[in-house]
Amino acid sequence: MTTSTTTSYLDDGLTIRSWLTTTDHKRIAILYAIAITAFFFVGGAAATIIRLELATPQGDLVSNDAYNKLFTAHGVIMVWLFLIPSIPSVLGNFLLPLMIGAKDLAFPRLNLMSWYLYVAGGLVTLEALFLGGVDTGWTFYTPYSTMFSNTYVVLTLVGIFIVGFSSILTGLNFIVTIHTLRAPRMGWFKLPLFAWGMYATSLILVLATPVLAITVVLLVAERLFQIGIFDPAFGGDPLLFQHLFWFYSHPAVYVMILPAMGVVSEIIPCFARRPIFGYRSMAYAIMTIASVGFLVWGHHMFVSGQSLTASMVFSLLSFIVAIPSAIKVFNWTATLYKGSIRFDAPMLYALGFIGLFTIGGLTGLFLASLALDVHLTDTYFVVAHFHYIMVGGAVMAYFAGLHFWWPKVTGRMYPPTWARIAAVLVFIGFNLTFFPQFLLGAEGMPRRYHTYPPQFQVLNLFSSAGAGVLAIGYLLPLVYLAWSLRHGARAGDNPFGAKGLEWQTRSPPPTHNFDTPPNVPDIVYDYRVDEPDPAAEAVR
Amino acid sequence: MAADTDAALSSGFHLLQPAASLQAGRTDSIFLTMLLLCGTVAAVLCFLVVFFAVRYRRGTAVDRTPPRELRGIEIAWTVAPLLIFFGVFGWAARDFITLADPPADGLPITVVAKQWMWKLQQRNGRREINELHVPLGEPVVVTMTSEDVIHSFFIPAFRIKQDVVPGRYTRLWFTATQLGEFPLFCSEYCGSEHSQMTGRVVVMSPADYGRWLASGPAQPSTAQYGFALFRQLGCSGCHDARSTIHAPLLDGVYGRAVHLQDGRTIIADANYLRDSILVPAKDVVAGFAPVMPSYAGQVSEEDIQALIAYLQSTSGRDAP
Repeated sequence: MTTSTTTSYLDDGLTIRSWLTTTDHKRIAILYAIAITAFFFVGGAAATIIRLELATPQGDLVSNDAYNKLFTAHGVIMVWLFLIPSIPSVLGNFLLPLMIGAKDLAFPRLNLMSWYLYVAGGLVTLEALFLGGVDTGWTFYTPYSTMFSNTYVVLTLVGIFIVGFSSILTGLNFIVTIHTLRAPRMGWFKLPLFAWGMYATSLILVLATPVLAITVVLLVAERLFQIGIFDPAFGGDPLLFQHLFWFYSHPAVYVMILPAMGVVSEIIPCFARRPIFGYRSMAYAIMTIASVGFLVWGHHMFVSGQSLTASMVFSLLSFIVAIPSAIKVFNWTATLYKGSIRFDAPMLYALGFIGLFTIGGLTGLFLASLALDVHLTDTYFVVAHFHYIMVGGAVMAYFAGLHFWWPKVTGRMYPPTWARIAAVLVFIGFNLTFFPQFLLGAEGMPRRYHTYPPQFQVLNLFSSAGAGVLAIGYLLPLVYLAWSLRHGARAGDNPFGAKGLEWQTRSPPPTHNFDTPPNVPDIVYDYRVDEPDPAAEAVR
Repeated sequence: MAADTDAALSSGFHLLQPAASLQAGRTDSIFLTMLLLCGTVAAVLCFLVVFFAVRYRRGTAVDRTPPRELRGIEIAWTVAPLLIFFGVFGWAARDFITLADPPADGLPITVVAKQWMWKLQQRNGRREINELHVPLGEPVVVTMTSEDVIHSFFIPAFRIKQDVVPGRYTRLWFTATQLGEFPLFCSEYCGSEHSQMTGRVVVMSPADYGRWLASGPAQPSTAQYGFALFRQLGCSGCHDARSTIHAPLLDGVYGRAVHLQDGRTIIADANYLRDSILVPAKDVVAGFAPVMPSYAGQVSEEDIQALIAYLQSTSGRDAP
């Protein structure tokens, strides 16, 4: 290992071996980025076939069983192999130590092990798909998954189980890092909101993922040995499975969205040149969402046969958990007020995030309303709602962050015009794909339908056409970001004039992050509208 | 799906399905109110984002003096949504409570779902597959169970849906307010032909319904069939008044409070009776020995529903 002041972490060992045995959080982040991108496009391919199939009411492209395996593959890959690890494992890994002025995470070797666990679990899951797939839906509801599905359920669950340990270890690593490795003078309320987002996410990962692991073990035991936990034929209770599953899977939604909120909270102040509005209430809101988010899982089960009392409590808590999210949206909007706003690609993605997340959140209130949920649940309304949160929210923010920190990570600037075009394409394609699905759901089209009544075709055609636009929007960055690695203009250390500690070091940073200890400012997000325009340094 | 259902389904585009039940109108009111509320919020926010973005774009000459503390606004935008949320919660919960509480005099229909069909039975024993005939304006109470996996009984035009769970009974009810045919969907993923597990609900005038009901092949009513089973399976050997074996009398047990050996008291509803037939040792009545054998594997879901219908007929009571 060298600490030369001229080489970066990218030059510190050029062999494949040096990458695969690295304990540098920045290199591990790159490893994650590569693996996650691969899974993203596999999951996206499944979605493409789904949308092609749904262009017509008849099941004329693939068989019903193939369709069922495709939407299961799409869900499993996107949830566990892309969305949950995306922002924490890629951006979090790279940025968290830099943002708090640390040399690395608290447990660098554990970090590398997390990546290997993730890849191993991902490959096991993929193997299940290539052997013949699994057709239970990503929710694995019993007794279908334990007794009636004749597909690779156990193998897929083994993959998910392994990936879960990667989540737990990453969460643990982040928590310890934030507690122990903050630079001197970096108090809790000087943490960037991205770090707060990582902290809350890590708490959820550590507390909820073990429940998923337990549930998966019980599910496998039920499938192999009929132990009578979930299957009523052996005295089990299928609703117990749903409770355990959603006890993990609802907080998992916050694992996807809290980091996204963190990313957006970094970008908006930078491109509006204003301190984030209500910093403390933003931090409290993150922690409130993370805690109350543990108590709303039953809103997935209003028509499942759970008790009336339970449904009432879960409904009320679901309304309450929306408040901190609303506060965050208001605060981002207020940050723009009296700013000096520039529309670089990261900002376009971030502004798109505000709009899409708002619609996703507001439609969540429709589903939290008990009598209304009776009609809307299990329809395309739900599909549209969670895609607005997960794709419109989490994926938009991931792309926002990817562009924002790309100069820091690679030392090169992305091509600004292409990046803006892609951001706009993703926004339009996304809305065209998923907005019609709200209408389909209100009309009563159920989810997971391979064929559907012809009345629903017009809206489905819009949706499928939108998916085409969206696909182009996602493929473009793959091309121009790869291109920029070689041909992008040199970015400079701080092309956007951002205030986080990560911008005080070189781009790309040296192996040990800082040549000289970073200077922790007295207040976070100390942006001023009258500062000289950093665009002078940025490559236009 | 039958061709005529297709025809009914493709009768033009509308934002919502026709509202064809009492609940449908109420659900639509919540939907439209939420649409108005959330639409306004979304529109205002989008307007502000765009307005700020344009007005305060870099390079424009506008006043950028930082605003002073806005504590009051922060409190307002926290408390106001909370109050509105409580209101919406209460409204939607009130309707949900109504949905969870079927009227005692509702017309009983029993449903057994299986991969991938709906088997339905009228009170007089007439059976239907993937079709449900009901009279206009009369509350209908549907009691459902599944033979295999979880399904979900969904009639979009009535705005009602209820999961159908193996191993227990779930119920929903509705009062149809419009004549015609309405699609019935399975909305919980149930395997290969999930999207083909569809059917229709036919709403008829009460007179037509009566004629339709009587026109089927003559057969015992569900309760009569249940009585025959009650004797045939040997239930009456112990549970009859003349029996010499010490077993609880079942006349009128339906809907009554039952004291159990372990000190609990439960209402003898359909789920209790079902469990007592299949898992007799689960809820033993106080003062009796747990000697009854399980009938699991000897009775079909339809048989159990018939037995319960018979027990219900002896009590003259409807759902508790």
